[in-house]
Amino acid sequence: MLSKLLILAVGAILVDNFVLVKFMGICPFLGVSKKVETAAGMGLAVVFVMTCASAITYIVNLALVSLNIDYLRTIAFILVIAVLVQFVEMFLKKSAPALYNSLGIYLPLITTNCAVLGVALLNVTKGLNFVESLVYGAAAGLGFTLAIILMAGVRERLESSDIPEFLKGMPITLITAGLLSVAFMGFSGLSF
Amino acid sequence: MDILLPILVIGGMGLVFGALLAIAAKAFAVKVDERVPKILNSLPGANCGGCGFAGCSAYADAIVKGEAKVNCCPVGGKAVADKISAIMGVESGEISRRFARVMCSGTPECAKSKFIYNGPQDCHSAAKLGGGWKACSYGCLGLGSCTKVCPSGAMTLKDGVAVVDRSKCIACGMCAKECPKGVIELVDAYAAYAVSCSSRDKGKTVRAFCSTGCIGCGICAKNCLADAITVENNIARIDPKKCVNCGMCAEKCPQKVIKFAPIPQEESLNEFVRV
Repeated sequence: MLSKLLILAVGAILVDNFVLVKFMGICPFLGVSKKVETAAGMGLAVVFVMTCASAITYIVNLALVSLNIDYLRTIAFILVIAVLVQFVEMFLKKSAPALYNSLGIYLPLITTNCAVLGVALLNVTKGLNFVESLVYGAAAGLGFTLAIILMAGVRERLESSDIPEFLKGMPITLITAGLLSVAFMGFSGLSF
Repeated sequence: MDILLPILVIGGMGLVFGALLAIAAKAFAVKVDERVPKILNSLPGANCGGCGFAGCSAYADAIVKGEAKVNCCPVGGKAVADKISAIMGVESGEISRRFARVMCSGTPECAKSKFIYNGPQDCHSAAKLGGGWKACSYGCLGLGSCTKVCPSGAMTLKDGVAVVDRSKCIACGMCAKECPKGVIELVDAYAAYAVSCSSRDKGKTVRAFCSTGCIGCGICAKNCLADAITVENNIARIDPKKCVNCGMCAEKCPQKVIKFAPIPQEESLNEFVRV
């Protein structure tokens, strides 16, 4: 049981990293990865939303399946995620206004972050039970956090580097993301 | 019945979630003092950090909380301080205009170098390599880290040394904070003359390193009409409060390191400054 959870977690964080291998949630990954601090804040917000979303959507899915209306899955899940994001937004505005300001538009955009909905839907398609869903959700969020913090670290160093004029800004950022992705592809040979 | 069930389920979820969010909104409500946006509107909005806070909105918050004085904005000067004091209902107090000044005139022709630097074009990187390429350990490295942080475009590189355009400078102090050599100072706006050197080395060493460094000879102090110059730590300093801008020191200086910078007229100040 425990080893299965561990494999699930390592899989979601490294082998099947949501951002760098499954290319989900690219928008905040590029949008708020300029500073490590903000990136960590974004990562934690996503971890929270993903974990809670995994738990709640599991229950919602059970209800939908028992009522035989599982075709409502997508809209119901989006509703759950939107509520969670709204809640996180309220919470951050109250308790961490600086982080709230630096996350800007990308905070409400977690609602349509395909990584979050992706986790919720993958939990169902993979047929995970409640605990597994929770672990998978949290691990996916941690994988996202890892990717965005790595990216932010590299981008902070890029700030003071001598970059050729035509690569400055987004081009070098996307190339960096590509190289990070190449690095994570190395984990795909990992087997247990 | 086939239609009713989905409507009920989704509608019910919406109701429950809406109610939860309504409760959360009450619990996490943030009260905003109405004076904050007013002060924010009267601030220049350069977000330069010259007041010592993270930006204009952080400064506005601090004023309303009573943690900051109303006259800390170096960009807006008196006009902005008056506006804020009207909002807060307090006296604005004295304000002096200041400018950034680069205390080094060692162009590559004057200053000797220790080695050829080919690293990243950034003063911080250069300074980490044995204190930089200049033989003089106090001088401007001329790679322009200050020009990158200057919000008003007043900082430029001229002959390998940073120079300040006084008509654009908003005295935010970003350049002074950025400079790894600490060669940039904020000086009084009415000080036209300054010793453009930061070297604390002895005269002989300065001469060996740079043809235009202050050698601390004290000729300027002896010739000063207003007794405004003192030599301390092998370098002459001009007290702007005493200085009468006569220019005698610049004339007598054997190293020609006392430089003149014109005091700009109010009309020529840029939009940030005039507000």
